[in-house]
Amino acid sequence: MTTEPTTTPPLDLLPGRRTFFGWLTYGLGAIAATMLGWPLTRYFLGTMPRREVWVALGSVDSFPPDQTRLVTFDNPMRQPWDGKLSHTGVFVRYQGQDANQQDQFLILAVNCSHLGCPVTWFPQSGLFLCPCHGGVYHANGERASGPPPRGLFRCVWRIEQGQLEVQAPHFPTLQDTLDPTGDPASLAANSSRCEHA
Amino acid sequence: MRNWLSQIGGWLDHRLGVKATVLPLLAHPIPRGAAGPMGWWYVFGSASMTLLAIQILTGIGLSMVYVPAPDQAFQSLEYLNYEQPMGWFLRALHYYAGSGMVVMVLVHMTQVFLHGSYKYPRELTWLVGVLLLACTLGMFFSGQILRWDSDAYWGLAVAGSMAGRVPILGPQIVQMLHGGPVIGGDSLSRFYALHVFVIPGALLLLLAVHLWLVLRCGVSAPPDRSQPVDPRTYDADYQADLHRTGVPFLGDAILKDVFFSALVVIAVVALAAVAGPKGPSELPDPTQGGANPRPEWPFLWLFALLALSPPAMETFVILGLPVVLIGLLLLVPFVSNRGPRSPSQRPVAVLMVVMLYTVLGVLTYQGHTAPWSPDMDAWSADAVPVAMVEQGSPLQLQGMAVFQNKTCRNCHALEGLGGRRGPDLSTIGTRLTRDQLINQISNGTPGGGNMPAYGRQIGPHEMTALVDFLVSLRPHGQPPAKTATLDSSP
Repeated sequence: MTTEPTTTPPLDLLPGRRTFFGWLTYGLGAIAATMLGWPLTRYFLGTMPRREVWVALGSVDSFPPDQTRLVTFDNPMRQPWDGKLSHTGVFVRYQGQDANQQDQFLILAVNCSHLGCPVTWFPQSGLFLCPCHGGVYHANGERASGPPPRGLFRCVWRIEQGQLEVQAPHFPTLQDTLDPTGDPASLAANSSRCEHA
Repeated sequence: MRNWLSQIGGWLDHRLGVKATVLPLLAHPIPRGAAGPMGWWYVFGSASMTLLAIQILTGIGLSMVYVPAPDQAFQSLEYLNYEQPMGWFLRALHYYAGSGMVVMVLVHMTQVFLHGSYKYPRELTWLVGVLLLACTLGMFFSGQILRWDSDAYWGLAVAGSMAGRVPILGPQIVQMLHGGPVIGGDSLSRFYALHVFVIPGALLLLLAVHLWLVLRCGVSAPPDRSQPVDPRTYDADYQADLHRTGVPFLGDAILKDVFFSALVVIAVVALAAVAGPKGPSELPDPTQGGANPRPEWPFLWLFALLALSPPAMETFVILGLPVVLIGLLLLVPFVSNRGPRSPSQRPVAVLMVVMLYTVLGVLTYQGHTAPWSPDMDAWSADAVPVAMVEQGSPLQLQGMAVFQNKTCRNCHALEGLGGRRGPDLSTIGTRLTRDQLINQISNGTPGGGNMPAYGRQIGPHEMTALVDFLVSLRPHGQPPAKTATLDSSP
């Protein structure tokens, strides 16, 4: 311990003033941190937004009934520097007309519901097969076997002036499917699932 | 001239104070044992740092050419491989020195664990070391993404699907991971930022702390059976030993470090020169089915564990297990930070290391061969062995065509050729009867397991032909399988 020379005046001549400056500094620091932190947090949490855009896949007549086809298109949810990466595929199956003479389509994303790998359609055996862990799906998208916890993800579609249009798909995951109205029980169902031993 | 230099040096040192602060640190005494033959156990940490230095150097070099944008990343890698002078070598070295760094960090950790060097007072050094391991693995994963080939793209898809399983926050985490609603430019750019700024920054900061702790706590002496660690007396004993018999680090000890590091550098440079750069394999094409992403080798064991775990455990293995494993490593010095250090007195510790590496080795091998992945081309690419069909009836030949056409071969090999997801069917005729085969094919694995039900995919005629073919698959002279029934007639 060193003792201060007696000639040096003590620092706290004006204790009130010290306290005031102390609080002022804390306050200024808090304001500076907020001013800096708010935009930075916004920036770092910000991502390319999801947009609702429709993509034309072709005229309704060009899809023969009960055949599954891979249709490719340029996903409008892209960056200009994405190149060919935004080329996206979906499986389209024309299911004929329902009781009200309305054309019915089944459009499935290529991503396996297990871990997102691209499934391949085998028309001769009528099955989708995933290359990663061997998930298998039926033509209607229902899970047939393997590790997938549900069926393939269904895309939202509509018909505008004879053209089949699909809502540009985002990357689908189990809690964030492509169909906001919810999947039919046959796809989401997990009931028949057992140990894949 | 010499005089001038020493004057400049003196001027600088008067202000920097290097002689008074840093030099003594470098020359700090270490236990005599650590400088002797046992000192060869101490070379792995410094070898990791040498490889890190190579990574920084080659990484800076690569970043001067590489373009982190999806439409040009692949091209810029091809340019590095084929046109930039020594570009191929830098890419190769960056890969093999990085692999070597993972190996060295693991060997270093194993040595520290076996010698009980993490015990008092070096618990924190171990903790920071575990975080350094996590950073090293993080560098490996993010680096693989920058290779921007099919593996990278679908690797991001798998990572996204995994993150999407996090309860409640899943979708937000996926969006943050990919940088948008789809995998694209924002995904690549953020992994670039992670790989060149965020993780290296964390790694260097942690490394500084790690080294400071090594200096502050001192290098541990080689384990001595007669000197178990007792936190009450350890520090005094250690300091007394240092004063009595310690030798400066700048001497024989650092010579061993340099010797071994030089060997490691020669090894990775030779490996890089011989093996060449890894990839990029192919331009990622999201419309191309059949892509089968493989993780880099440090993650093959996790890939295998995930593929082999029952579905009920899957989400836990994906989300919980990495946290649990890192947590267990962090807990090591708190479970045992005193007592004997010598491996010969710690059989459980030795056994744990042996078991861990056996498990990791087996899982890595499984991950490398990945028998759970179907062979997507086998149905059209793998021929049926001639011996199986040359005596076949027309019906059996028809059945063979059904077998190939219905993509059975993608999961079932014949004489080792084809998918290995299901059993090899080369001798299935000796194991299942006609009825059992029809049941298995029609209904698949009971309860919707591994094999899909083909009931709706195969017509009656096709089924007859297919089963006839399968029953004929038996070694020469062996009778077909029969159902064991009690003969009721007397």
